[in-house]
Amino acid sequence: MQIIKVGMADLNVCASPDGITTLGLGSCVGVVLYDSVTKICGMVHVMLPDSTAVKNNCNIAKFADTGIKELLRRIEKKGVSRNRLKAKIAGGAQMFAFGSQSEMMRVGDRNVEACKKILRELQIPIVAEDTGLNYGRTVTFYPETSNFEIKSVGKPVKII
Amino acid sequence: MDNVEQMNGVQFDILKEIGNIGAGNATTALAQMLNKKLDMQVPVVKMVDFPSLSCIVGGEENLVVAIYLMLDEDIDGSMMFMMPEEAAHKLVNGLLGRPEDNNEPFTDMDLSAIQEIGNIITGAYLSAISTLTNLTIGASVPYLSIDMAAAVLSVPAIEFGKMGDHALLIQTQFGDELEIDGYFILLPAMDSYGRIMSALGF
Repeated sequence: MQIIKVGMADLNVCASPDGITTLGLGSCVGVVLYDSVTKICGMVHVMLPDSTAVKNNCNIAKFADTGIKELLRRIEKKGVSRNRLKAKIAGGAQMFAFGSQSEMMRVGDRNVEACKKILRELQIPIVAEDTGLNYGRTVTFYPETSNFEIKSVGKPVKII
Repeated sequence: MDNVEQMNGVQFDILKEIGNIGAGNATTALAQMLNKKLDMQVPVVKMVDFPSLSCIVGGEENLVVAIYLMLDEDIDGSMMFMMPEEAAHKLVNGLLGRPEDNNEPFTDMDLSAIQEIGNIITGAYLSAISTLTNLTIGASVPYLSIDMAAAVLSVPAIEFGKMGDHALLIQTQFGDELEIDGYFILLPAMDSYGRIMSALGF
């Protein structure tokens, strides 16, 4: 069994018995799409909400809109039909306690909102999430069990 | 210039030099505060892509202490000073006169000491840049986070991410009586790069 690593602004697909992970999610969001029958899944590490709001948008895995759609395409290419897919998401923390007037304070929230919006448009249900708050998360998804394991500093491991 | 990747050699060298001077000033401030002899190695300044950014600091899940400030007035943007948790312990121990190998969890007192250290280091760094460029740089209060390197770095990475796929990293090693690794990440908004360059006559 292997654990496939997804970097920042990166995506990949994986099948049981392997797992897929991204280390130290902060304000970014880790989106997992999976099919519990074929046990095929994929993960994208989203950094920014919207590819159309940024000039330099060649890395499609960086954005919620293009990243999730590309992940979906890659999973469908593996022969999984879209209507069997479910999603689990984690991340979108606020790492620093900025003042409330700060636009940057909402970076994590905006990433989470954008991911949810795209998933809604694609009609993929979100069955579990662990988002927001103020700490980093290392997340690993196991398609065999559909368990999404979340580790944080000084906190017990959480499985959603 | 639309993104950092388009920066030419001269512009890159200027930023390198600014980083050098800033970090030098910060080291002096730190040495005075700790009342210790502190040397600074020539900072390593480089453009790194996001995956390598967190590897440099010893791995994505490595525990780090980070101080983050917003910049305004003549230079818009933000800056971060980050150090591994062990380095923060050494600094606090030095400042509070405790044995160097004390690794007890940070108390509230320690945390405010770290915040103050961050304030002084980043203040010295910014005032060097300000003097050099004759630009006024305003800074917010320092915000503190202790967490996994990748998680903390996601904040500046997201800011850089709007402009490109790389970040400008200045790695400083303080040494001599006290070995401390520190990293500065300077993150001017794209139009502020231009302002820095023209202030320096380029």
